[in-house]
Amino acid sequence: MYAFDIERPTTLADAVKLLAASDENQALGGGQTLIPTLKQRLAMPEVLVSLTAIDEIKGISEDDEGRLCIGAATTHAEVAAGAGKYPALAALAGNIGDPAVRNRGTIGGSLANNDPSACYPAAALGSGAIIVTNTREIAADDYFEGMFATVLDEGEIITEVKFPVPEKAAYMKFEQPASRFALVGAFVAKYADGVRVAVTGASEEGVFRWSEAEAALGSNFSPDAIERLSLSGDGMISDLHGSGEYRAHLVGVMTKRAVAAAG
Amino acid sequence: MPQVNMTVNGKPASGDVEGRTLLVEFLRETLDLTGTHVGCDTSQCGACVVHVDGKAVKACTMFAAEADGAEVLTIEGVAAPDGTLDPVQEAFHQHHGLQCGFCTPGMVMSAKALLAENPTPTEAEVRDYLEGNICRCTGYHNIVKAIMAASGQDVSKIAAE
Amino acid sequence: MPKDGGIGASSKRREDARFLTGTGNYTDDINLHGQAYVHFLRSDVAHGKINGIDTSGAEAMPGVIRIFTGKDFESAGSIPCGWQVTDRFGEPMKEPRHPILAEGKVRHVGDPIAAIVAETREQARDAAEAIELDIEDLPAVIDMKAALEDGSTKVHDDLSDNLCFDWGFVEENKQAVDDAIKSAAHVTTLELINNRLVPNAMEPRVAVGDFNRGTGEHTLYTTSQNPHVIRLLMGAFVLNIPEHKLRVVAPDVGGGFGSKIYHYAEEAFCTYAARELNRPVKWTCSRSEAFLSDAQARDHVTKIELALDADNNFTAVRTETYANMGAYLSTFAPSIPTWLHGTLMAGNYKTPLIYVNVKAVFTNTVPVDAYRGAGRPEATYQLERVIDKAARELGLDPIALRRQNFVTEFPYATPVAVEYDSGDFHRLMDKLESRADFNGFAARRAASEKNGKLRGLGINCFIEACGIAPSHLVGQLGARAGLYESATVRVNATGGITVMTGSHSHGQGHETVFPQVVADMIGIDESMIEIEHGDTANTPMGMGTYGSRSIAVGGSAMVRATEKIINKARKIAAHLMEASEADIELKDGQFSVAGTDKSVAWGDVTLAAYVPHNYPLEEIEPGLEETAFYDPNNFTYPAGAYACEVEVDPDTGKVTIERFTTADDFGNVINPMIVDGQVHGGLVQGIGQALLENCSYDADGQLLSASYMDYAMPRADDVPFFSVDHSNGTACTHNPLGVKGCGEAGAIGSSPTVVNAVVDALQSGGIKLDHVDMPVTPGRVWQAIQSAK
Repeated sequence: MYAFDIERPTTLADAVKLLAASDENQALGGGQTLIPTLKQRLAMPEVLVSLTAIDEIKGISEDDEGRLCIGAATTHAEVAAGAGKYPALAALAGNIGDPAVRNRGTIGGSLANNDPSACYPAAALGSGAIIVTNTREIAADDYFEGMFATVLDEGEIITEVKFPVPEKAAYMKFEQPASRFALVGAFVAKYADGVRVAVTGASEEGVFRWSEAEAALGSNFSPDAIERLSLSGDGMISDLHGSGEYRAHLVGVMTKRAVAAAG
Repeated sequence: MPQVNMTVNGKPASGDVEGRTLLVEFLRETLDLTGTHVGCDTSQCGACVVHVDGKAVKACTMFAAEADGAEVLTIEGVAAPDGTLDPVQEAFHQHHGLQCGFCTPGMVMSAKALLAENPTPTEAEVRDYLEGNICRCTGYHNIVKAIMAASGQDVSKIAAE
Repeated sequence: MPKDGGIGASSKRREDARFLTGTGNYTDDINLHGQAYVHFLRSDVAHGKINGIDTSGAEAMPGVIRIFTGKDFESAGSIPCGWQVTDRFGEPMKEPRHPILAEGKVRHVGDPIAAIVAETREQARDAAEAIELDIEDLPAVIDMKAALEDGSTKVHDDLSDNLCFDWGFVEENKQAVDDAIKSAAHVTTLELINNRLVPNAMEPRVAVGDFNRGTGEHTLYTTSQNPHVIRLLMGAFVLNIPEHKLRVVAPDVGGGFGSKIYHYAEEAFCTYAARELNRPVKWTCSRSEAFLSDAQARDHVTKIELALDADNNFTAVRTETYANMGAYLSTFAPSIPTWLHGTLMAGNYKTPLIYVNVKAVFTNTVPVDAYRGAGRPEATYQLERVIDKAARELGLDPIALRRQNFVTEFPYATPVAVEYDSGDFHRLMDKLESRADFNGFAARRAASEKNGKLRGLGINCFIEACGIAPSHLVGQLGARAGLYESATVRVNATGGITVMTGSHSHGQGHETVFPQVVADMIGIDESMIEIEHGDTANTPMGMGTYGSRSIAVGGSAMVRATEKIINKARKIAAHLMEASEADIELKDGQFSVAGTDKSVAWGDVTLAAYVPHNYPLEEIEPGLEETAFYDPNNFTYPAGAYACEVEVDPDTGKVTIERFTTADDFGNVINPMIVDGQVHGGLVQGIGQALLENCSYDADGQLLSASYMDYAMPRADDVPFFSVDHSNGTACTHNPLGVKGCGEAGAIGSSPTVVNAVVDALQSGGIKLDHVDMPVTPGRVWQAIQSAK
């Protein structure tokens, strides 16, 4: 790693100030992706501003609209244990990485990084979540901008994610056998006003909504509804672990299984 | 360089660290607690698992500065002060749950964390929990068996001939 | 009944006490006063001409002590190859120079170009980034067949082409084999790839060099399976240091699996630099660096043909293999696809005619060498896959076809130069059939099908040549070393024993198992015996641990030395009891005079040896310490029969291992618990090869699976509990313990078992395909299903 300093502010205001101090300063969530990146010397921050000591952006609560509100510095393990109101989300969090990773990794860190194979982006997009930052609220539909890219500005910190709780939902992940990230993950959520299907791991554009499946499931929420749908392998990630065509196929399989699991 | 202070295996420990100093480097190089190992640099192998404030974490994927003020337990602190092995350590010994010993500290620390969360895990739960701990020697058979035995389950029927 | 101790007892491991409490002593735990750190600047291109290396800016960086490049080592020897293969035409293999640091060209991604020694690791790494390299990209040679085409770019400009050797075995049989195949009633042909692997011992390599100016002694602490071999190769061939001025220490070593046999450039560098700089120099490999610098494994492209007569007897086997050597010859690389592969092509069968052709090829990839099994997995895989295919083509039961062709008379001289001393393949298969519950398979398959899954059953038999030794044999085959083993048994005055072995444990449990043997021979408690290994300063010259040789060769040396001890102790006892030596009996640690009630205890005799007041000084010397070197007259031949049941999810292509049953013949077994553990570990390495692990390069020679993010290591949830058996082995006929070795069996036997099962599962689903290349990943299975539709 290149040399840098670490600051551990205890308030959001201090964290914002520290990040604003220099373009070279960078936020550190749980570090489960950033630290390996730093080891490869692929990033050169001046100061890492650790967000893990800021109590005001931790914890799980419910707002007046019944949304599940999760502080950005809440770990995957805490979400797995504490998001009982949204079981599909709790289950997703409880399957990210491995137990030690789940004890450090945070929802804010995952969403800010937007790894194309990460699980949380599928949950956020599949739930129509609101991503709250220190300056604004962003609808998930407007938040993701392709692999490792989001609409976050320099120095902008995710503080909370608000999840509308669906009638039913499930996430199905087909793991890439080495990294155990999603080779393909499908998050399906049924709300009173329609069904959302978000897919991670598959597309070169990062997480996306599968609108044909949403439409089909909107009128018939059953695995059969998507039996005849198919996706093209064009634009899907193709690598050592599977072709784009294979990934496109898996999107259908995982979506079907998610619908079945949602009940 | 800033100083960090933490409790390691029940004793106060402090030292100067750089921002980039990993917890595992602080343990191995500053405190000379070399039982915690480094087997990869992508946070997958789990040879470096320690407990920070009671939770299993990968000491290679956490900065020492972030453990300031924390309670840290490493493999060196698991057995009783008189040398009596912890039940997990004892079960690994009885069931040959280790060969070269390199992944063992992380395996033991993960197993202890599992049993703290889930006192009588099924085989599937044990295997699932070990997703972040790679062993190249044992084929996992005797590790899984040892952890189930440590939980008090009868493992005499496992893979019975 | 389980025994309490000694041979046959599942004694618990004494190594565990330190490994379970974090008090082991691995090489990276060693820090010497005043040590500096080295970082290797490695090539990021697979093939390039070095036009310039400007280190001036880097040398001025903070903490930098010195920067070395290839020029500093022009007078040093080449990293040596320990085995010379002679080709079909009687010519020696091509053997290019393998420099410590690149000279003129880089030949694979990871080839070290410069070594930066600095006060800290990070300073060394910072300085590496400041080195200005002028490297002209050259086309990379990656595909073996393309590498052999006329006009291909050459990996080594001073060689005529990229062919290391073209080996034929047995060359004299070639015409007869060709004729037999031509006239056969049936010929089954299979083309397959034995995928390249990365051994991935969990402990990355480490080297710490030290030098004492006062004595001129060099010390190298290194992660090695064979410290004496490193001392010999590095001292005599690379750095020109006499062995008495060079000590090599391999302390606790965190797994090897072959990858820590070889002498590596980093070891020579640290030893040399410590002397040059007069301070210790330490290198700790990161996992990412290990993917580019540890020898890799397997990587064969093979076509095999099996000929059968009208009665389904095997009449001939012909194989053609392209074996990847990588960019340089690693220590034992040429022996793997030849003598450890061709000699096993008979398998468990009495095929009368066999011809093996191997073309070893240089490519711009990391060097390839032995990995658990080494050559024997490649032999077993192709043979057992083609037999499975033949059974399907002929509509025969795969077990019956194998049984019909089993070797049944021992000793059996194969047509490929080895003689199996003992075995009983039918009994192994009987045991497998009874233990694997084949009768219940149909019901289990039906249950799987109900859940939308395809279930397959795979069978496999194998035999391996282990206890890698006979010096006279391996010498004829091209080995440049002897392959004996050594032991010194030092009995202390108070009766305790230290055994110093040239063998080395990096997980096998020598410290537990070796004392069991000595304890049994003398009749004392195991706790009275301690094992020393891994330090050339206090162990006799030995060849180390690989090829399942520790107990068969090292254990036998220890037996011989202990016999010498007992003989001498018997003389002392006879003197003490004023009896004839011929009447002395040793039982339970007591020497007694036959037919009398006279006896002396072991401790009385050992004390007399060191306090020789009443002692036959005119007949024997005082003291009780003996050394033996053991060189057997044959390999050992463990064999096995394995069964695996898999489920295939046709929607995703995912394969899961549902059941795995083994029946092994390891000869006599010293510690069944440890043998079980060795089999478990080997099985998962073979399953890893079959389903998960894939060391893959792109056309430019960039490694695609360069970390655990892309190289899939088997995890706990990839495998089930195993049912393993090794009871009633047939004893090895030529070593004193009757042991055969168990370290590699699992890795040799499991990959073909798994792939046979996968093909069976797919066939049961109406998917008519004969083969899927390893690793049988979900993507590949799915693709295969689509193609077959």
